[in-house]
Amino acid sequence: MHIKIRAFGIAKDILSATTLSYDIPDGSTIQDLKSILLQDYPDFERLRSLAFAINESYVEDGNEIRQGDEVVLIPPVSGG
Amino acid sequence: MSTGKENKNDLIDIRLEVTPLLQSACREFIMADGAGAEVYFIGTVRNRTRGKEVQRLEFEAYEPMAISEMRKIAERALGKWPLLKVAIHHRTGVLDIGEIPVIIGVSSAHRNIAFEACQYCIDTLKETVPIWKKEIFTDGEQWVSAHP
Repeated sequence: MHIKIRAFGIAKDILSATTLSYDIPDGSTIQDLKSILLQDYPDFERLRSLAFAINESYVEDGNEIRQGDEVVLIPPVSGG
Repeated sequence: MSTGKENKNDLIDIRLEVTPLLQSACREFIMADGAGAEVYFIGTVRNRTRGKEVQRLEFEAYEPMAISEMRKIAERALGKWPLLKVAIHHRTGVLDIGEIPVIIGVSSAHRNIAFEACQYCIDTLKETVPIWKKEIFTDGEQWVSAHP
């Protein structure tokens, strides 16, 4: 299935893009996507953490991704 | 006068701004007749970090989610303490030394809970709100806290 990935902060630098289209197997979870991304972009391994959001809310590793979802990569936040 | 949580949105002011933040704007929102205390946290851009000279900071936000996460923090604070008003204002873009990336203001009848609530808001903001800062040095730049 086809999904859109959006990245901020250092995640944007690692992908060299703010948005990216990705094809992942149907029924993939956030954990599955994380494995795919780590394989394609090993620099994610070096981050302190990598969280994910869908529809402007954090999602858990087990969360299933649906066709057309925009998955946002949230590297370690540093506001304030 | 409002004392309860019946109109939570009237008690919370969340802003994400590209223009300079003003404490007066924060105060205007949180002042209340029942308040005996207003506590503010003002974050400022420091000129040094880990012994290196900082030129400026650049803040980037995932805006809709940053706003909703800041609102969640304010709502949780209102649920934990009998506060009157909570304002959380954050800046984005390029900030020079001495400028203000964040102002949090909390009003309550008594000071002790306002101190606690204000600290809770800034500590939680730094953990959950999708905003990122990059430090610009004379000889390079780095995203803060990205790596262990």
